[in-house]
Amino acid sequence: MKQNITGSEALMLALQAEGVKTIFGYPGGTIMPVYDALYDYTRGDNKVFNHILVRHEQGATHAAEGFARVSGEVGVAIVTSGPGATNTLTGVADAMIDSTPIVVIAGQVPVSALGTDAFQEVDLVGLAQPISKWSYQIRRAEDIAGAVSRAFYIARSGRPGPVVLDFTKNAQTERVDFKAEKVDFVRSYVPYPKLDAASVRAAADLINSAQRPLALVGQGVELGGAQDELMAFLEKADIPAGRTMLGLSALPSTHPLNVGMLGMHGNYAVNLKEQECDVLIAIGMRFSDRVTGSLKTYAKQAKVIHLDIDRSEINKNVKADVAVVADCKESLPALTALINKADHSAWRESFKPLDEKERIMVIEPAIHPSEGPLLMGEVVNAVAEATQGDAVLVTDVGQNQLFATRYFRYPKRRSLCTSGGLGTMGYGMPAAIGATFGAPDRTVCCFMGDGGFQMCIEELGTIMEQQAPVKMILMNNNYLGNVRQWQDMFWQRRKSFTRMMNPCYELIAKGYGISYDIVTDRIDLPAAIERMLVTKGPYLLECAILEDDDVLPMTPPGKSIDEMQLEIKNDK
Amino acid sequence: MEKLYTLLVYSENIAGILNQVTAVFTRRQVNIESLNVSASSTPGVHKYTITCYCTEEMVKMLKAQIEKRIDVLQARYYTDDEIFLQETSLLKISAPAVMENPEVCRIVRHHGARIVEVNPTYAAIEKTGTTEDILSLYEALNSLGVVRQFARSGRICITRGTREQLDDYLAEREKEKHG
Ligand SMILES: Cc1ncc(C[n+]2csc(CCOP(=O)(O)OP(=O)(O)O)c2C)c(N)n1
Ligand SMILES: [Mg+2]
Repeated sequence: MKQNITGSEALMLALQAEGVKTIFGYPGGTIMPVYDALYDYTRGDNKVFNHILVRHEQGATHAAEGFARVSGEVGVAIVTSGPGATNTLTGVADAMIDSTPIVVIAGQVPVSALGTDAFQEVDLVGLAQPISKWSYQIRRAEDIAGAVSRAFYIARSGRPGPVVLDFTKNAQTERVDFKAEKVDFVRSYVPYPKLDAASVRAAADLINSAQRPLALVGQGVELGGAQDELMAFLEKADIPAGRTMLGLSALPSTHPLNVGMLGMHGNYAVNLKEQECDVLIAIGMRFSDRVTGSLKTYAKQAKVIHLDIDRSEINKNVKADVAVVADCKESLPALTALINKADHSAWRESFKPLDEKERIMVIEPAIHPSEGPLLMGEVVNAVAEATQGDAVLVTDVGQNQLFATRYFRYPKRRSLCTSGGLGTMGYGMPAAIGATFGAPDRTVCCFMGDGGFQMCIEELGTIMEQQAPVKMILMNNNYLGNVRQWQDMFWQRRKSFTRMMNPCYELIAKGYGISYDIVTDRIDLPAAIERMLVTKGPYLLECAILEDDDVLPMTPPGKSIDEMQLEIKNDK
Repeated sequence: MEKLYTLLVYSENIAGILNQVTAVFTRRQVNIESLNVSASSTPGVHKYTITCYCTEEMVKMLKAQIEKRIDVLQARYYTDDEIFLQETSLLKISAPAVMENPEVCRIVRHHGARIVEVNPTYAAIEKTGTTEDILSLYEALNSLGVVRQFARSGRICITRGTREQLDDYLAEREKEKHG
């Protein structure tokens, strides 16, 4: 208990009680009392927090997301009201759709001024509610201890997500006697549904009867810390497993039962085999349209078992024959206990010719081209080889993301930060900053396109100031490449505003004092990557990429996933 | 097949829940036919009675997505045979018309409506019942051109089941809190 302190100091103590050490933030008028309290808590003997001053509030939220993804802890962002608060909304929405635990604390005008259109007043709770897991306005200093603890509990428990605290200025300055609270129960909120034995039994029966079982592994496995439980489950019944983009590091890519990435630009065999399996076991994934393609034809032949912690995901997109609603950390071992040892080697072998077809038609040409300009695939592959699978992959959005997620390797868990559900350009650079703080012992490689690089380019300032060791790989194709690919494929090659004039990135890097190199010739690529990796601190490696390369394979939007293409037929 | 469903939603008494609940309908493009919000018999718990036309698949989804909101305690859906339901309505009728036309009084009596007040300018009439009962009275009177104002409430209902689902939920949660 600490008596007669300001609400702002109470916030410091409440954050400390939640174990927070890293804060990404940006000050302003209505959050000044909090920043004044931060002054004492970020220096000297009393130092509790490392506060990272970002250059834009969107950056603070993505940094908090990157931090959370790699560390498994809650990311924290502190911003001012009005524009500071609205600038966080993209990050909040991104964290919501990708189940990333962050807490955003925004200043707000004093309670007496609420609703008067006061300077920098916005209805943040109203704006954030539909895109956050929980939003709450703190109106009195007495509410701080309870609200902060509740916020962290809600953000991290169950299916994680973003929580927004709208912190009125009067509550920041009022005096209060502070006693830390530990919320671990909210009666209206059941984060961990009770495992239902009958549904586990039913799921086990289906799996035991399966000839051609296929598991779809999502981020839920990583969020539930159930990577070991997943392997035990798959290995016992010899079940091949595809991973969603967000689930890529939930099962080591080196695991013999890993059959690749699901989805629109995932691997060929697993997409076709989803249409052939007899039992589909979805684990902590949500059947996004990027995974299923047309729902009308999706896996109609299969019995579907859906394991998820979020009841509202069941039957949302794909109807489940058996639903097991629980934390997969609990449901997977329960299921493993009931399934029979099995051998599905013949079924697994049947993936091989398709894999081989993809390898010859798509992968080899992408990662080992012999002529022409550099390709994204070969750059990613070379970085993956050089880092020996030890690095964290961060991507922006676009072709760079699709190539990076396809050709990177994930032997270690919690190794990927990417904006999956929202597809937020600009996510990469700030998320990578966050990742360097969340996983300080690991190399963080951030692949970006020339478009996305410029969408949060201001965070180069944060990288400079923090000397955050982000290895930035700018894959410059002078295009908004992903959109350009769609224009070529579906819009009669009418390249409407996708060609982009680029600045001199060397000068930009120089301005921020960041080491820079450019590769235009593939001969120089390995050495350039090596130099980047051995250089201490941040680094920008620009790669001059073939302008009109396409990401393959591809299932055209709205098409059935068995219509996945290995080549683009209407060639340009 | 689309049907009329009644959702009963219970939430903590916190500002802003109504928005969150209605947003679920908006996102799923389901029109809310009627909505009634009031305190429930449990102190501190608010009760929302919402009706909408949709498929059972959809109403299940709505229920799950409403329950996902942190401050919502419980959402359940019912068809009309599973609940006792009432709506109420008020009509304002010009008094001279009532005097001149005996048909007005006959219709009011015939529909089992109640005259709440009469004065020289108007009569206030109250009718409680199902949507059909209420609309039938309104249409009969309106065809005589005597209705000046008409107001209809949302539906309220209680369930026919023998168990009180909210109480069960709260009791369970209370046990979990201490266990
Ligand atoms: C904030 C935002 N705006 C627009 C888009 C639409 N979009 C998706 S990919 C893409 C092109 C990205 O270009 P670039 O960053 O150069 O990456 P490339 O595809 O060329 O690798 C665009 C504009 C988006 N995803 N996010
Ligand atoms: Mg580009």
